[in-house]
Amino acid sequence: MTTKTFKRPDGRKPEEIRPMSAKVGVVPNADGSAMFSFGDTVAIAAVYGPRKMHPQHSQNPEKGTLRCNYNMFSFSVAERARPGPNRRSTEISKITEWALEPIVMIKKYPNMVVDVHIGILQANASTRCAGINAAALALAHAGIPMKEMVSSVSIGKLDKNLVVDVVKEEEDWEEGEGATDIPITLTNSGKITHIQLDGKITSEELKQVLKLAKKVNKEIYEVQKKALKESVKF
Amino acid sequence: METSKITGERIAEYLKQGKRFDGRKPEEFRKIEIETGVSKKAEGSARVKIGKTEVIVGVKMDVMEPYPDSADRGNLIVSAELLPLSSERFESGPPRFPAIEIGRLTDRAIRESKFIQMEKLCIKEGEKVWAIYIDIYSLNDDGNLMDAAEIGAVAALKTARMPKYDEETERVVYGEFTDKKIPLQKEPPIMITAYKIGDSWIVDPTLEEEDISQVKVSIGATPEGIISSIQKGEASEISIEEFEDVIELTEEIRKKVFSNIKNSLE
Repeated sequence: MTTKTFKRPDGRKPEEIRPMSAKVGVVPNADGSAMFSFGDTVAIAAVYGPRKMHPQHSQNPEKGTLRCNYNMFSFSVAERARPGPNRRSTEISKITEWALEPIVMIKKYPNMVVDVHIGILQANASTRCAGINAAALALAHAGIPMKEMVSSVSIGKLDKNLVVDVVKEEEDWEEGEGATDIPITLTNSGKITHIQLDGKITSEELKQVLKLAKKVNKEIYEVQKKALKESVKF
Repeated sequence: METSKITGERIAEYLKQGKRFDGRKPEEFRKIEIETGVSKKAEGSARVKIGKTEVIVGVKMDVMEPYPDSADRGNLIVSAELLPLSSERFESGPPRFPAIEIGRLTDRAIRESKFIQMEKLCIKEGEKVWAIYIDIYSLNDDGNLMDAAEIGAVAALKTARMPKYDEETERVVYGEFTDKKIPLQKEPPIMITAYKIGDSWIVDPTLEEEDISQVKVSIGATPEGIISSIQKGEASEISIEEFEDVIELTEEIRKKVFSNIKNSLE
């Protein structure tokens, strides 16, 4: 599916992720925090909790609550974004919760809440993926018990070519079949915790997308693992 | 009232034998009824019933400035409201996540499939384009408002007549309709949402089934199988193989649903 000769606008190979960087402990006040970037797309995440859920009627005696908040800073995009929540950010916040909750042992914290705040400092597509990657790191950094890690990446189909980690210019691809954007989050054992798709694709092509996501997710996982190891002082 | 744990366990237990409380098979929809033209003032409207679940969808049009990134295309604005009149669970006030989810998923199923020929809705590039508002209201929630809303949107679009546009005043003459239809593709996108309960996958859940499902996947595609939108919902993981099976399962169900509703869409 991936055409090895396909030329991407920024000169990357089809399966090449932008340079990634990750760092934990970027917000000293938080119980856990991290920064994750794909090239120009930079996300920070801070975890507060577990702490008592307020108001009391929101408490769940059976399990804790993982609450995510995705916030795109007004200056993170070319044309200033209106600050504050909107329908898109509300959806991404929920998607992020769903992407993370399967790996977090939230059952251990009845009546408590773990807050994950995500801020997008700079956006060049794939912001929800960068946000999820940062949030997973921040949760680990906060010492919240987790079953495993999740890593998130966007797969793009530009006309008929599959590419990894799409940028804005590729999201707006118009030639041929146009652009299909597929952000996917996988656990490092290969289970899907999040998938979305916008565009045009057949079910056969979709199988290739999943295969590719599984393959490149390993690279992201390595970056996350390295960042966590670096934060531990011996 | 939320579905009790004991009912949930019973539903899951039943499903292990491929049975549902209302006698349906896991992959079976309830009866879908579509009535169009339910609001005279709307450019297009539809009432969709799936079993006891009911939504009403209206299409209104206006002329406005295009968005900067689509200067030569019409605008599409989809919103959903879960009315307190349709369920004891819904409260008035700003939309909460379930309403936003229905609005956004319907929006993407319609938009990404390119069902509306947006390029034909441009009046003057960069200055004036047609805007299509699709507004969804729940009338009775007995599960699967999601798929009902999307079918309603398609039906309302299909039956809409464009309002009159006065070129001199550059305004819409409200209340006066033309015979012109909204330019649409032949194949409508149909969204099917599959829900997992225990180890079984079902479609078109009742409210009880929806309550106890641990994960769902919404897939918007044409009856021919070209997928245009996907979203996994709820905090549970699924394996890649299982996900691929769900895509396959919904493809067949979509064909069946479409052949059932095809006539009411014309």
